[in-house]
Amino acid sequence: MLRVPRYWREIPYRYRLIGSKCKNCSKIYFPPKQRCRVCGSTELEPVNLPRRGRVITYTVIRSPPSGYEKYAPYIVGIIELEGGVRILSQIVDCDPTEITIGMEVEAAFRRVIEQGEAGVIEYGYKFRPIIKP
Amino acid sequence: MRKVAIIGVGCTKVDDHWGKSLRNLFADAALKALEDSGIERVDSLYVGNMSSGFLQGQEHLGALMADSIGMPGIPAVKVEAACASGGVAFHEGFKAVVSGLADLVLVGGVEKMTDTLTPYVSSAMIMAEDQEYTAYTGVTFVGLNALIHRLYMETFKAKPEEIAMFPVVDHQHAVNNSFAQFQSTITVDRVLKSPFVADPLHILECAGIGDGAAAAVLCPLEKAKEFTDTPIEVAASTVVTDTLSLHERDNLLTFSASQRAAKSAYEMAKIEQSDVDVLEVHDAFSILGPISLEDLGFVKKGEGAKFTMEGQTAIGGKLPTNTFGGLKARGHPVGATGVYQIVELTWQLRGEAGKNQVNGAEIGMAQNIGGIGATVTVHILRRVK
Ligand SMILES: [Zn+2]
Repeated sequence: MLRVPRYWREIPYRYRLIGSKCKNCSKIYFPPKQRCRVCGSTELEPVNLPRRGRVITYTVIRSPPSGYEKYAPYIVGIIELEGGVRILSQIVDCDPTEITIGMEVEAAFRRVIEQGEAGVIEYGYKFRPIIKP
Repeated sequence: MRKVAIIGVGCTKVDDHWGKSLRNLFADAALKALEDSGIERVDSLYVGNMSSGFLQGQEHLGALMADSIGMPGIPAVKVEAACASGGVAFHEGFKAVVSGLADLVLVGGVEKMTDTLTPYVSSAMIMAEDQEYTAYTGVTFVGLNALIHRLYMETFKAKPEEIAMFPVVDHQHAVNNSFAQFQSTITVDRVLKSPFVADPLHILECAGIGDGAAAAVLCPLEKAKEFTDTPIEVAASTVVTDTLSLHERDNLLTFSASQRAAKSAYEMAKIEQSDVDVLEVHDAFSILGPISLEDLGFVKKGEGAKFTMEGQTAIGGKLPTNTFGGLKARGHPVGATGVYQIVELTWQLRGEAGKNQVNGAEIGMAQNIGGIGATVTVHILRRVK
């Protein structure tokens, strides 16, 4: 079970989608790195990732890991954010029959998992379709 | 560099071994390999295993397994690289002999997956991915492979039945392998009518949950004839890593670690890929079969599924692949899989493969994938003339 300090440590990128950007060559990473694999620089800074993107590929999880049983079936996809960085995320507010490759999506703040009766309730990003007016 | 040979191999059947513990399985395989090589002791031991800490609450497998096979005292260590644990353990054993630090080395792989329920096995398997940044989405290991599967079909206009052919061929081969978990045939139609685990991957496209162990004994090639008339040379052993997470790769349909491990291995063994007579690929999920055929250089990108559909990977085809059933039908006790591949290639190259013998097989190649392509090992084995 996740202890509170670990959950606390993971809040910044889960709540605010924070990656890292190489100050030398501008390569952006998610998850953040401490050394750039392109240019070798160790000068990287936190960067807010764009909150919109499009679905590259997706699946529907029907046999979930422990702790996620009550959410199944749910969609998980790889999303290419504006600017090109990719992220793996659940995609919600969307029926498995409606999702398509190329669908435009945006980040949303959602409950992720509850750790039993007395445990931490974890929150974080999930993505949802952008509803066009 | 010294050259290295395999002088003994052994394995258990992959099965639900309710009555056997992790150490029993390991010892069964290890003692068979020792008996096969005709030796009593080794200088060191490498144990490939992924999830004993999570599934059995047991770590420190080096000392435990050395003790279990009556050799407390020797250097012994567990090697973990997710599903490539067995292949990397074999690579470590290879290095020990190459370096001259050890003459006789035992490499074993073991996994006992039936001690817990399926959701916990799923949790154990996804530990191969990034626990902080991707596992929390609730993705499973099957799910990550399904992401590739869907994109492959979309990109190359591959049909579901072409990809489903890979496990069908595995099952054909496993019929004659008494160590296989599933010794029965399946059809493409049955695969595609089986339930989705993670769309578009059906349950009959996924390796099952099973227990098993496999082992091999290594020694310097120059000494191998003292122990056996049919030594098998380890002509190449390579390990390559990539970004831990799939989503970070520019190309989701190529495992560059596979490509690079294979390229280095061909150079090390001084062969062309066309010299390979028998192949083992890590098809934990159907889609990994075609993708691996492509990454290892046997077919062009996007043509792996068609190649399989044409029957070229079956025994009698151009490139007999997974001749004892592969991960789908022989079974995939995770940390043991890379060593099972070595055992099965050894049988082929010795001419001991029975009904599944590939006639005249001289060079065999095994590819073992850890995580979603984050670690890949390639081994090339050669019959010593
Ligand atoms: Zn850089």
